[in-house]
Amino acid sequence: MTIMTDTTTDTPAAPSRNAKLVVRDLNFYYGKFLALKNISLDVPANRVTAFIGPSGCGKSTLLRTFNRMFELYPDQRAEGRILLDGEDLLASKDDVALIRARIGMVFQKPTPFPMSIFDNITFGVKLFERLSAIDMEERVEWALKKAALWDEVKDKLSQNGASLSGGQQQRLCIARGIAIKPEILLLDEPCSALDPISTARIEELIAELKADYTVIIVTHNMQQAARCSDYTAYMYLGDLVEFGETEQMFFKPRRRETEDYITGRFG
Amino acid sequence: MNLSTPPSRGAGFVISNALADRLFGWLTRGAALFTLALLLGILVSLAVGAWPAIRQFGVGFLTRNAWNPVQEDFGGLVMIYGTLVTSVVALLIAVPVSFGIALFLTELAPVWLKRPLGTAIELLAAVPSIVYGMWGLMVFGPVLARYVQQPLQALLGDMPVFGALVSGPPVGIGLLSAGIILSIMIIPFIASVMRDVFEVTPPLLKESAYGLGATTWEVVWRIVLPYTKTGVLGGVMLGLGRALGETMAVTFVIGNMNQLSSLSLFEPANSITSALANEFAEAAPGLHQASLIYLGLVLFLITFTVLVCSRLLLLRLQKNEGRNT
Repeated sequence: MTIMTDTTTDTPAAPSRNAKLVVRDLNFYYGKFLALKNISLDVPANRVTAFIGPSGCGKSTLLRTFNRMFELYPDQRAEGRILLDGEDLLASKDDVALIRARIGMVFQKPTPFPMSIFDNITFGVKLFERLSAIDMEERVEWALKKAALWDEVKDKLSQNGASLSGGQQQRLCIARGIAIKPEILLLDEPCSALDPISTARIEELIAELKADYTVIIVTHNMQQAARCSDYTAYMYLGDLVEFGETEQMFFKPRRRETEDYITGRFG
Repeated sequence: MNLSTPPSRGAGFVISNALADRLFGWLTRGAALFTLALLLGILVSLAVGAWPAIRQFGVGFLTRNAWNPVQEDFGGLVMIYGTLVTSVVALLIAVPVSFGIALFLTELAPVWLKRPLGTAIELLAAVPSIVYGMWGLMVFGPVLARYVQQPLQALLGDMPVFGALVSGPPVGIGLLSAGIILSIMIIPFIASVMRDVFEVTPPLLKESAYGLGATTWEVVWRIVLPYTKTGVLGGVMLGLGRALGETMAVTFVIGNMNQLSSLSLFEPANSITSALANEFAEAAPGLHQASLIYLGLVLFLITFTVLVCSRLLLLRLQKNEGRNT
């Protein structure tokens, strides 16, 4: 409980009036194991929020509750409230597919679908929209431009997505995610399988994307969190230890545990 | 122990590593070549055995509707037609059912049900084919005649194309029964291969599609199936190969009549394997026996063609996906 009051009092930077996603009293279980303990935080709109912490701290788990991805696995469950624009996602009776369409997700490893680059983008669009061929081509170009991939693939849209390099594949996955025009973009360690140059491109991209989207990124790389996020949440063993503006978190952490982790004395 | 000495295998090891590697290489190469030689040997001995019939009837054997041991007039059309039609019927039923089974087992079934159900389906493959044959003749055939064939005839009998398919005696013995029994026999093969390849689809790939808002059906149909198409096609081919070659169960329920007077699926007919099983022991050496061997050669070529076609289909699928551009 102390954690919860900490996050609400320590985070003037994340006031709930422009919060896109509000998490309250979230507990998450893998079977009987409690993996997230009473998490409460406000994710601000049109900002990049980073979740950091050592392996197994629950940062990816937290991310996967936002689009109810955990429901694919029968022994996982979440309790609490996750409000997207005030609407409780966990209690929602809406089709879970419609919720997931509002929240795009990109994973640790690039996961191009076994089809052409063009079809990779249209796959998600076709699930929810009926566009004419011209509109669809425009949408594909728009998404690929947003993901800074258009110039590299515009002449080979009919090639298989797997023929691209790792960094290009990951940008393809980001383009695929934004093509359906979600409100939130979840990035689960999007650069962990990429080389430094590709990583730099993705980080630039993240900075551009926040103009249109609320971006949440999970990373085990503290420099990455410092470089590309506006807010940072530090998690440890299922607890949200501290949440605040990235600059403040890295230069003047309020809690000792955060400081230990960030300065490398631990983790 | 002196740490600077390179690792050795002790004094008992006399053959040098290079020689051992080479020996092992030759051994594996020999095993692979032996299979090829065996295949060629079978093909050659079939051709030699069938030679009198090949000389007598030529390629026309394939399209001749005749089988008269007394007048020594032989043609394989009835059996070839029976084999192909029963196998196609079997695939038409088995492939969708197996897909459903695999989809249920990998994506939908609760954990406690997965293993028992999967094992039960695999156990279907362990039922001896003669048991399927007896069951088909005595239990399934009458049921099919009474509850499927007769209503179908009453319903479709007057329609132009379907009427021809369902004409004939509704006795529960014939092409349709054989096809259905075959489908039951090949479902465990196709379903378990499909389930295995569905299971190796990376969870991240599936989650990516779910993350875009796809339903389970859309994920399996548009992501998992394309991703696993090689394996799925392999499973279907395994089933088809078995359907083409299955003998005992088919012999029981196909009717063993050398006639092809209509397109009806209810009509008793014959297949290559059934004809061989029924007649080979009694056939006099000479043209009759050679014709039967000719049939065996044709069956061999049919399965070979099926295999080649599946390869070509795979290549085309890959091209459509844009891998070769």
